[in-house]
Amino acid sequence: MQNWFENKRFFWATMLAPTVWFLAFFVAPMALVWAYSFGENAGPVNIAITGTFGNYAKAFRPEILQVLSDSVVLALIATLICLVLAFPVAIAMTFADDKTKSWLLLLIMLPFWTNLLIRTYALIAMMRTEGFINFTFAFFHNIAVSLGFNLGDYVPMELLYNKSAIVIGLVYVHLPFMVLPLYAALDKLDRSLIEASLDLGAGHLTTMWKIVVPLALPGIAAGLVITFIPAMGAYLTPDLLGGPNDLMIATLIERQFKRANDWPFGSALSFILMYVTLIFFALRTFFEARGGKVSAH
Amino acid sequence: MAEIKLTPEETALFLKGNSRSRRAFMAAFGATAAAFSIAACSKGSAPAAKDDGKIVIEGSEKAPLKFYNWDTYIGETTLDDFKAASDVPVEMTLFASNDELFAKFRAGNPGYDVIMPSNEYVTRMAEAGMLQPLDHSKIPNMKNIAPEFLDPDFDKGRKFSMPYTWLVLGIGYRKSAMKDGAAPDSWKYVLDSDQYKGKISLLGESMDLFRLTFKYLGHSVNDYTPELLKQAEAILVKQKAFVKNFHDDNGQDLLLSKEVDIVIEYNGDIAQVKKEDDDLDFLIPKEGSLLNSDCMCIPKGAPSPNNAHAFINYILDAKVGAAISKTILYPTPNAAAKALMDDAYKNNPIIFPPADKLAKCEYGKFLGQEYAQSIESAMNRVRAAK
Repeated sequence: MQNWFENKRFFWATMLAPTVWFLAFFVAPMALVWAYSFGENAGPVNIAITGTFGNYAKAFRPEILQVLSDSVVLALIATLICLVLAFPVAIAMTFADDKTKSWLLLLIMLPFWTNLLIRTYALIAMMRTEGFINFTFAFFHNIAVSLGFNLGDYVPMELLYNKSAIVIGLVYVHLPFMVLPLYAALDKLDRSLIEASLDLGAGHLTTMWKIVVPLALPGIAAGLVITFIPAMGAYLTPDLLGGPNDLMIATLIERQFKRANDWPFGSALSFILMYVTLIFFALRTFFEARGGKVSAH
Repeated sequence: MAEIKLTPEETALFLKGNSRSRRAFMAAFGATAAAFSIAACSKGSAPAAKDDGKIVIEGSEKAPLKFYNWDTYIGETTLDDFKAASDVPVEMTLFASNDELFAKFRAGNPGYDVIMPSNEYVTRMAEAGMLQPLDHSKIPNMKNIAPEFLDPDFDKGRKFSMPYTWLVLGIGYRKSAMKDGAAPDSWKYVLDSDQYKGKISLLGESMDLFRLTFKYLGHSVNDYTPELLKQAEAILVKQKAFVKNFHDDNGQDLLLSKEVDIVIEYNGDIAQVKKEDDDLDFLIPKEGSLLNSDCMCIPKGAPSPNNAHAFINYILDAKVGAAISKTILYPTPNAAAKALMDDAYKNNPIIFPPADKLAKCEYGKFLGQEYAQSIESAMNRVRAAK
């Protein structure tokens, strides 16, 4: 049998299309945007690449730093909540029988089949002043009042247009990104280790902390990164659910490319987002290395 | 009588739609309007243009007319009627934003004869040398245009453009929620007051929001000094504490769902939701406001300029204009066409606000790239301020 790697002609024939695609639709546009980030506006249409660092300097203005740090904080909170919610789900999926497992997987994947805009509008319908959540609370409130409790009028909760609304929206959208890598990691786990731990007298919680979590660490790291990056760059969710104080970085970038017509600054902001992402990838690699060591023991 | 009357139910159907975008809504409405014009024709009435027979275009280029328009923004039979009258077929393609239109013409005219930019983009494209001057002698129907639209600041003397529709920003509000039942007749209530704390929604579009703040401060929407910008920024930063959110042209929905009681919105959007909830209303504040208007222009290098002039003249015809307004239901600047519309449309005080209020309104001007960027930066500071 021939080795495909040794057959150069076949190797290049299969590699040609992906390589062309990668160069034409990823490397070239990204390089262009990267070059723009060192450019200046020369008239309404033209951008002169002058090698200036002015656009990056602009990003260190206090209001831009504020938006950047807000974005990081909101995305981090949402990611951590996702982790807390997704871990039990992933555990349940791992230990469920095959039929239940596939149903659970389907339920996790189901939201992906619905458009993000529609899902966000559904959240708005749930959470607004006259939405379903307030409606339900008002219903029970009124029952309590009619039973003689002196509670006064129902005051609707302000659920939308604030930071918690953004976090809820981000968790809602990004939860599957956390569940899937966790499940992948936990599914590979050697169950005899758990049995051994329980046989040797460790309780269920101790087993979870000392055995399952350390072994799932690479999965946790992957989940954190895969959830954090899109959450940080989220555009629709903060735009539709956020209040007057809540501007996230993606909206800021969009404005530079549209109304402000300041492509160089927009490019610089995009690349700052890239640099932040790369830092988190580096962290992931670090965690993976550690996780690898743990499982080697 | 060739006039196609909308029944009250038809008008209500249009006005009920609280879609996020006005233009998207029109698509849904178009089908009903088409059914209506067919019904009207079968009663023996002819489409408007055929009344006075064929149109003879002097020096007609005999080529199809390339028309670049917004989506769902023309009468159901307008283009076919024009072809029947003049033997010039019209090929219409669509654009979705002024930025898209502008971008398409950056590297020269790709072959269009008639385009439809909004007011400040008329200036911008004219300044960039993308438009050719109109020959008014070939557009006798210019006489149908209401006088207040004949000499706008964005195109003095209508050198490059003919008006097609217009819109005005104002305050939409819930009557029963207003303190002492007083109408909010000043920008103060949305921009500089805590009276409706937590129940205010402002326009997210930074340029228009700043222009309205300039207006509130007693300046023209086009006055621009760094001091004024700073002053407006300070007002918005202060007001932000009382604002529920910055909306994305869906202020009418927020108002209808009682999320807020007072919003900055376009007249047409509030007219739509008022039909669903009569407790809502719209007014132009006493300081005046910002006008928008979409206009027909001929781009430089148009392959068929004579046909283009004939087409623009045809659109400005009273009956043709009325038929278009019946489909798209935007306020029309065409006085003769408006006179042919039914009362539900032409006497609607939201679609056509009182003249004394309109007299204080202005068009936004294109004041250059750096101006736009400084407004964007100011808006970023407003949004990020603690």
